Amino acid sequence: MREVAIIGTGITKFGELWNKSFRALGIEAGMKAIGDAKLSGNEIDAVYIGNMSAGRFINQQHIDALVADYSGMATNHIPATRVEAGGASGGVAFRQAVMAVASGMHDIVMVGGAEKMTDLDDASINAVMDATADSEWEAEMGATFASLHAMIAQRMIHEGTATREEIASVAVNSHFHGAFNPNAQFRKAVPIETVLRSGPVATPLGMFDSAPISDGAASVILCPLEDAKKYTDSYVKVAASAQASDTLALFQRDDITSYGATVAASKAAYETAGITAQDIAVAEVHDVYSVGGIMALQDLGFYKKGEAGKAMLEGQCHFDSGKVAVNTSGGLKARGHPIGATGVAQIVEIAEQLRGRAEGRQVKDAKYGLAQNVGGTGSAVTVSILEAI
Amino acid sequence: MMDVGIVSYGAYVPRYRIKPEEIGRIWGVDGKSMGKGLMINQKSVPSPDEDVVTIATEAARYMMARVPEVDPKDIGAMYVGSESHPYAVKPTSTIVAEAIEATPNMTAADMEFACKAGTAGIQVCMGLVGSGMIRYGVAIGADTSQGAPGDALEYSASAGGAAYLIGTEKIIAKINKTLSFTTDTPDFWRREGQPYPKHGGRFTGEPAYFRHITSAAKMMLEDRGTKPEDYDYAVFHQPNGKFPTRVAAQLGFTPEQIQYGLLTPEIGNTYSGAVPLGLANVLDHAKPGDRIFVTSYGSGAGSDAFDITVTDEIANYKRDNAPVLEKILSKTIDLDYGTYAKFKGKIVMPE
Amino acid sequence: MAGVAREWREIPGRYNLKGTKCGNCGKIFFPARSFCPVCRRASVGKMEEYSISRTGKVFSFSIVHEAPESNSIQKPYVVAMIETDDGVKITAQLVDVEFDQVCIGMPVRAVMRKLSTDGESGVIRYGYKFVPVE
Repeated sequence: MREVAIIGTGITKFGELWNKSFRALGIEAGMKAIGDAKLSGNEIDAVYIGNMSAGRFINQQHIDALVADYSGMATNHIPATRVEAGGASGGVAFRQAVMAVASGMHDIVMVGGAEKMTDLDDASINAVMDATADSEWEAEMGATFASLHAMIAQRMIHEGTATREEIASVAVNSHFHGAFNPNAQFRKAVPIETVLRSGPVATPLGMFDSAPISDGAASVILCPLEDAKKYTDSYVKVAASAQASDTLALFQRDDITSYGATVAASKAAYETAGITAQDIAVAEVHDVYSVGGIMALQDLGFYKKGEAGKAMLEGQCHFDSGKVAVNTSGGLKARGHPIGATGVAQIVEIAEQLRGRAEGRQVKDAKYGLAQNVGGTGSAVTVSILEAI
Repeated sequence: MMDVGIVSYGAYVPRYRIKPEEIGRIWGVDGKSMGKGLMINQKSVPSPDEDVVTIATEAARYMMARVPEVDPKDIGAMYVGSESHPYAVKPTSTIVAEAIEATPNMTAADMEFACKAGTAGIQVCMGLVGSGMIRYGVAIGADTSQGAPGDALEYSASAGGAAYLIGTEKIIAKINKTLSFTTDTPDFWRREGQPYPKHGGRFTGEPAYFRHITSAAKMMLEDRGTKPEDYDYAVFHQPNGKFPTRVAAQLGFTPEQIQYGLLTPEIGNTYSGAVPLGLANVLDHAKPGDRIFVTSYGSGAGSDAFDITVTDEIANYKRDNAPVLEKILSKTIDLDYGTYAKFKGKIVMPE
Repeated sequence: MAGVAREWREIPGRYNLKGTKCGNCGKIFFPARSFCPVCRRASVGKMEEYSISRTGKVFSFSIVHEAPESNSIQKPYVVAMIETDDGVKITAQLVDVEFDQVCIGMPVRAVMRKLSTDGESGVIRYGYKFVPVE
């Protein structure tokens, strides 16, 4: 297996981008990444794209062909593959690309993640989100995606491993960082009272516990680590990219306050990278709902069960706290959550941090960074570790 | 013919209630005195996720819970009587039969005869069971009836139902006799595709309700050679509290005899569910040897009369395996008119 | 409008909580599975129909304020994860309940209710919801 490097990153602004189509967003992120890697574009020999539901959001299947065509890859007839894993679509697409380069099958691979959500009405968007849980035995029974996370939060509060305030503080932390990220959907810090007083979505969670509906795209370019220098001086190593699965429905699990797939994927990733959780300086975690952030910090091994919330509430997850910095991009909550783009956007943020380019929110001397991307309620999780060179 | 009767029964009434004064408040009517005149204190309202299928299913499940020894596969027929079947075409009875696991070796059909479709189902089951064609039959009367907004019916039209397992083995109440009185009398109707029924106003009284009930009841008393005082309980159709009270008095039954069988003052008119529910409440209280006089009424029009004797078997009957009506009716949630209108689908919603 | 067969084939689970029990390890599953994910090949041909208990306790819950259109008339409504007396978990709505009474550990039982409808003219889907045991 070859070692793999990220030689270029590109990301669009995230948000309600009314005047930009799916195609326009995908091209913008891809061209930025190609430019960043100092490629012409002709060198790329495969494309992987993470996209959750263009079929329902913009009534377009066959996103692989669309991307290949509009990015000019179709003229060279290179293989293009669309990957779907609910909210983990981007993370899984990244891992597929890493495997393609590591195996020697391809040399220069482009990874894209994109979602255009706002072309659909809100109710229909929520129905698409609900379908990432078990459509027949959760969504059809009236369980919304928010309510499943709310039941996790309710259980945490009941078991005494997090308070409502601690859960809310995940959103406060994400908004704190979003203010420093020019591409974030929300660039405004909020006090915890704003989160606690926001309109109820599914109790105990409110509007400010929930990631927004967003449009956006992100992209990275991979190549064998040994070749990276040929293209750029600023690259990072992919130290690990692991993936794990779990039951589709949340109710099938004994413990719902921890994602077994996060635990399994992070264990595998630390092993591959030859490090432990203590070596991670900066992490992007999947706070699609605030409670997801608490679970992630515990399941990834940064904090013991019952301690992540306290750390979050005390501001220990800020980029300048000296502890592991969490969601310096603004997380899903403030950066925005164009679903298929999220997993790739997390990789972009970690790469930028390790390359020292995260202006305004730069974590000092970061050697290792981690991205955790979740599909459904922990049914698919990717954990990728990047290493500064 | 073998002795035929009731092997088990179950009743269900939704928890929501609305009072006549609340309805009157919206339509500029003195609802309180309207309620007093009709002898209706409140009426039941189905939750938005309840309909005749769910009401009939709950009643049927309670019915089956009380006879755990009966294999649902031995049920040979299922008839659900209602004027508010959720589908115009597609039976309620098949859904209920599936829900109590009685399918597939059986017959099923939906019935409609205004407020007496439930008792009509009992009669059909009696014939099938008595002839030996089937071992058990299920007859259910249930409704989520509609009254047009502002109409007098809105003060009474309610929701509920009861299910009866008819058979020849271990009967808790023997049906000694049933007979009917039927004519073409257009006192109340609803045309295909219309959301609300129409009625003939005061024409629904003497030539309709009173004529048919008294005719059937008198035929029964004559046939059986009995007098009203021979019965411990009497149940009459109850579109409101006033009509059954008056018809009982006309026939010579006392207020005590109709007391347990008269639920309308507390739940409103459950249409096809009305007499089956009244009889269920009587059976909740009945002892071996008690004799029950029952006469239903359905607009259009007809009355089914039943002469029933409670058997010794009721002492062994597992009535407590399901809640009795007194318990079912004890927990209620009051609605304001706005919520009631929303629950009943009276508000035009966006596509 | 969705096709009708997708829901029709799930009627045993929807109406009567029909799940399966692995004849090899005894584990109970809901919804029904044709294969035991624990025993895998050893379970082939040994999965038995099993009606899970219609009573249980609330394991967790949430009051849903932002609801899909099919449930908009009823919102806010309670969604709960129920642990049945067999120890099997199931997600369902909790109805006919005052919100301030709902708590983890609350005893509940299954009832039949309307789940959704395909508009004014489409098929009506029925299935389990839970109510408090009184």
